[in-house]
Amino acid sequence: MSVVPAEVLPGSALAVEETVRGEAELGPRARLWPSLVAVYRAQLSRARVARIPLLFVATFQSVGIMILMRGVVDGGGEAQSVVAGSSVLVVAFVALNLLAQYFGQLRASGGLDHYATLPVPPAAVVLGAAGAYASFTVPGTVVTAVFGCVLFGLPLAHLWVLIAVIPLAGAALAGLGAAFGLLAPRPELATVLGQLGMSAALLLGVLPADRMPEPVRFLRDLLPSTYGVEAFARTFEPHPDWAFVLGDLAVCAGVGVVSLAVATWAYRRAAVR
Amino acid sequence: MRGLTKTYPAVRGRRGVPATPAVTATDEVRLDIRRGEIFGLLGPNGAGKTTLVRQLTGLMRPDRGSVEILGHDIVRHPERAARILAYLGQESSALDELTVSLAAETTGRLRGLEARQARDERDAVLDELGLTPIAGRPIKKLSGGQRRLACFASALVGERPLLVLDEPTTAMDPVARRAVWGAVDRRRAERGTTVLLVTHNVIEAETVLDRVAVLDQGRVIACDTPTGLKEQVAGDVRVDLVWREAAPLHVPEVAALRDRVVESGRRWTLRLAPDEARAVVATVTGGAAFAALDDFTLTTPSLEDVYLALGGAAQQGLVKA
Repeated sequence: MSVVPAEVLPGSALAVEETVRGEAELGPRARLWPSLVAVYRAQLSRARVARIPLLFVATFQSVGIMILMRGVVDGGGEAQSVVAGSSVLVVAFVALNLLAQYFGQLRASGGLDHYATLPVPPAAVVLGAAGAYASFTVPGTVVTAVFGCVLFGLPLAHLWVLIAVIPLAGAALAGLGAAFGLLAPRPELATVLGQLGMSAALLLGVLPADRMPEPVRFLRDLLPSTYGVEAFARTFEPHPDWAFVLGDLAVCAGVGVVSLAVATWAYRRAAVR
Repeated sequence: MRGLTKTYPAVRGRRGVPATPAVTATDEVRLDIRRGEIFGLLGPNGAGKTTLVRQLTGLMRPDRGSVEILGHDIVRHPERAARILAYLGQESSALDELTVSLAAETTGRLRGLEARQARDERDAVLDELGLTPIAGRPIKKLSGGQRRLACFASALVGERPLLVLDEPTTAMDPVARRAVWGAVDRRRAERGTTVLLVTHNVIEAETVLDRVAVLDQGRVIACDTPTGLKEQVAGDVRVDLVWREAAPLHVPEVAALRDRVVESGRRWTLRLAPDEARAVVATVTGGAAFAALDDFTLTTPSLEDVYLALGGAAQQGLVKA
């Protein structure tokens, strides 16, 4: 076995050493948008490998709940909130629960090191992943909404509002999910938080609010998914009050901005320990 | 790079099981790595190699000390590390569910390459490492060695003057290993790339490294070329004796050796001066002991012997089987 010491190598280390004193040029920094798009695209492609079964689960769960509620709810306002709640539940399942689990596992396994050793803005990683998870919810949410409308005989006319509801509720819930995943000290805890968040969205979002006791209704008001549900439910009215719809969506957007900012901060904190 | 002066710090307190004191993972480590060098960190599990690398890559702040890479102070500006070095960690969970090709391309994009450039570099690197045929497969579905190679490919996209590789060739077959070292050598020859390699594998360390630092319990216990290190124990020869069943302790010469051996089942390992070794071999190959002897070997020192001779912690050697 032969070993060549550095000194005798061509372009020897010692020779270079004498000449190089100053600071080396730094590699380029990745800019926010291109890296966000790159992360988004990479995350989206994971759906093909890993997420498809869970997307089906999310949809089946919501469809199942609506079929169950069909026997309890007699149309009208309650039916509207059941359909809206079940649709937003898909968003909660994927964006909140699955994203919390993903970041929790990534953090625990040391996978964040990969991103942390790349010159990429933290916001790009968090927003890219959150955006991808919010996108995962689109098919399930649309299927659930259409199925629900047919099942309960609700008008399909204003379903286009999902174009606003999914990204805004998605932003709010994915931000929370990412923050849970990145802040939880252990991945199991991230999973529990994600599950709890989803259960809350299920119970407080799908069940009609009128029958809830006051403290529970207060909890319901604290949950960001509620505003997505309300916004969507309002559009089933013959003459929706668009100002309220906008107001609810604005709450989602606000929560989204705050929770994504928190998640970005949490990422920064989790990446460099 | 008159480079990495790390005077590295004690008291990286880690919370362990209750009643365990804080662990000093790296203790006043000081290393200078030259530009264009393949420098190795060798040491057993828990020696502090990974901690050291995390401090170097800006992933962990040292409690004390400084890191300077190519003129940049990494302790003060940890974010600059990502713009000077490429890091291949032991974990691939961030890339696992991507295809080989997308993993490389995305990593290139996140290193600040333009889309076009990232695609071109991706193609070049995959081709160089022989990964093109499996470019479309998810990394998760590959074998351990291929997975490692795919991650290595990602580390190469988006040129960096310093590569920090944490056990890059784990689980790789010889073809893949050769691809890795070939790629490293090309970068060094063409662009003067410096490589910091963390390894367990002594044999690999002897063949590819220019210089090596042996780490033990957070301290550098030796730092030299592999040859230089071996010269430190050059006088010694390793004698391995394998007995058929048990050592013939009724033979006085054999019994006398007993407190100097490292015993492992039927195998006895001794580190001796050449004269002594000759005497031992004469004893066991003639006379009463021979009947009990199954096999014996005499070897000149390897890095593993160096490590043991330097007083490596557990006297257990470095190679993970």
